[in-house]
Amino acid sequence: MRKSLLLVTAFLISFAGTPSKSADLTLCWAAWDPANALVELSKDFEEQSGHNMSFEFVPWPNFADRMLNELNSGGKLCDLMIGDSQWIGGSAEAGHYVKLNDFFDAEGITMDDFIPATVTGYAEWPKGTPNYWALPAFGDVVGWTYRKDWFERPELQAEYKDKYGRDLGVPQTLAELKDVAEFFQGREIDGKTVYGAAIYTERGSEGITMGVTNALYNYGFEYGNPDSPYELEGFVNSDGAVKGLEYYKELYDCCTPPGSSDWYMSESIDAFRSGLVALQMNFAFIWPGVHADPNVGGDRSGYFPNPAGPGGHFAQLGGQGISVVSYSGEQDAALEYIKWFAQEEVQKKWWELGGYSALRAVVEDPGFVTSQPYAQTFLDSMAIVKDFWAEPAYASLLLAMQDRVHKFVIAGQGTAQEALDGLVEDWIEVFEDEGKL
Amino acid sequence: MKVSPLEKAAEATPQKLGRSIRGLSDRAIAWIFVTPTILLLLAINIFPLIWTIRLSFTNYRANRPNADIKFIGLRNYERILTDSDIWQTMQATAHFLFWTLLLQVVIGFALAWLINRKFKGTGLWTTIIVLPMMLSPAVVGNFWTFLYQPQIGLFNYLISFLTTIDPSSFTMIGEVSLAPWAIVIVDTWMWTPFVMLICLAGLRSIPDYIYEAAECDRASSWRQFWTITIPMVLPFLMLAVLFRGIENFKMFDLVVLLTGGGPGSTTELTSINLKREAFEKWRTGYASAYAVILFVTIFGLASIYVKALNKVKDR
Repeated sequence: MRKSLLLVTAFLISFAGTPSKSADLTLCWAAWDPANALVELSKDFEEQSGHNMSFEFVPWPNFADRMLNELNSGGKLCDLMIGDSQWIGGSAEAGHYVKLNDFFDAEGITMDDFIPATVTGYAEWPKGTPNYWALPAFGDVVGWTYRKDWFERPELQAEYKDKYGRDLGVPQTLAELKDVAEFFQGREIDGKTVYGAAIYTERGSEGITMGVTNALYNYGFEYGNPDSPYELEGFVNSDGAVKGLEYYKELYDCCTPPGSSDWYMSESIDAFRSGLVALQMNFAFIWPGVHADPNVGGDRSGYFPNPAGPGGHFAQLGGQGISVVSYSGEQDAALEYIKWFAQEEVQKKWWELGGYSALRAVVEDPGFVTSQPYAQTFLDSMAIVKDFWAEPAYASLLLAMQDRVHKFVIAGQGTAQEALDGLVEDWIEVFEDEGKL
Repeated sequence: MKVSPLEKAAEATPQKLGRSIRGLSDRAIAWIFVTPTILLLLAINIFPLIWTIRLSFTNYRANRPNADIKFIGLRNYERILTDSDIWQTMQATAHFLFWTLLLQVVIGFALAWLINRKFKGTGLWTTIIVLPMMLSPAVVGNFWTFLYQPQIGLFNYLISFLTTIDPSSFTMIGEVSLAPWAIVIVDTWMWTPFVMLICLAGLRSIPDYIYEAAECDRASSWRQFWTITIPMVLPFLMLAVLFRGIENFKMFDLVVLLTGGGPGSTTELTSINLKREAFEKWRTGYASAYAVILFVTIFGLASIYVKALNKVKDR
């Protein structure tokens, strides 16, 4: 009797000790280097939680199409979504994402622990209100990479100083950046013709917008009247904005490689890594890969934030937050992942693996700026970010901008003023359709 | 007594079932066979068409399933027909259609005429010529993107070799003036073999005795070409134009891979533009109206063309 009682007790204890049912979680994101780092990082989560992680990574040009279709159709493929920052409004309003406020409160996760720009950019909707739909997952921003080894060549330094009257170094303003790019354009270096800069010109998804905004913001472009939302006239097409757009076209015309009329992240990386360009505009996520590259890595490359312009000093925000998809059948396990991901030690490892942590405890650590050669540039850049619209109609707003800007910058159709006036008309039409005007 | 297989089958049929089938008229049996097909057709063709027409009068957006759908009358149609961007894509499509059809018919017919002369290695040459149309458009698009690269592309080097122009001084897919021709060249390279095969079938269907009779009448080769070859191949040619015309009107994959519709919107054909409106901007109502306009245009043009084709065939 005693023996059987013991057996029953052992049986019950073994059940009581079993962790909650293991779940199969699918995390959806773009197919890029940080995604591989996340796969590596998530192995710890699998080990600790007993859940199985699967990943659905889609290349950037198709990422928005594929994932927004998935969300709009109420698909159950993704339990966790690392969606682009601009999706937050639409996904929150359409009920694609689970609101995380109660979860954050219950688990003691506070947004004060994250870089403020990433909270606003990746987690909040409506902007500026404490309504959170994501946890900042990957901080990213447009910055510049340059060929430090070329810049350090004495003969090039001397020639540059003769021509421009200043040292060949990291450009402090957009005008200086254009001079540097012009200086390298068509130059023979080590028997090879090289060009000034690889910049974003892509038309199909978001490329040229993510590029041109780095010039527009710094010449005075604003998305609207800060005191009167959706008042666009005179802000989107201000004199400064027109000059900014003209600057970007001049940069494209004077200083980019032939055939770069439809370039985005991957084409710019390829151009830089193959030694075709002296400067490269790109999101910060590429910096770990550049640093490790056998051809251009190590001391051969340097990094700097988007230079200032006459109207200010800003850089285009990239990056994403991680959200729980409301159609997921594994929401509890998905929330468990977010809780695990928000931990300081996990975030530290995330940074070590090549992921840009948005946790202040990581980036404000005294050792952070010296941990990688691009760490300081990342911090400096994150301090000057500005983002595109995150409205539910962001896709229509983005496509209108893509069309107008690409037609002017790449195809040379019309004037900068006409392009921005047309953009104002397009955006007003979108907001009218949305019932916001 | 020997029993035939038919009688065996009749015996095997249960009497009740046999009686019930015997009780049906031929027309009823025909309906039984045809009904599934009609239902399928209604479900996948007619219903979506009617639904599209309905949506074209609304402000519906597929990415806002919970939003109110407003009936806005002909507003979408009015917007489309007065939108200069839409007319620009129509122009780009017309340019693409005209030049691809012209070049494919001329080159395809010339190749068919040469192949039809039956020389040594005809089979091998035919196989080599038809290779491009066997490739996937995705492969062709990527392949030609590399060929057109100003730094490493063979196309630019070939032009440079022939004209002494610097290969990196022009960009076929990046310049407004060249991009429309870049897509014409690739489509012509890929689909001329298709036109050639149809023309070859036409040329081989002409009986030899007609040419023999013409030679007896001392008709010159030129005269034979214009009065025998061309009229007899014309229905085949027109059929090839119809097939290629319809295909190129809805051209999407090849151009997206090559130029993405750019630079600017110089190579944005109607199908690309329609896709952007429907699945990127999510203006479903607007895109439905756009689709209806394109459908009516293609249907009207194809009807006129088929009538002309029938007239030529009856001649």
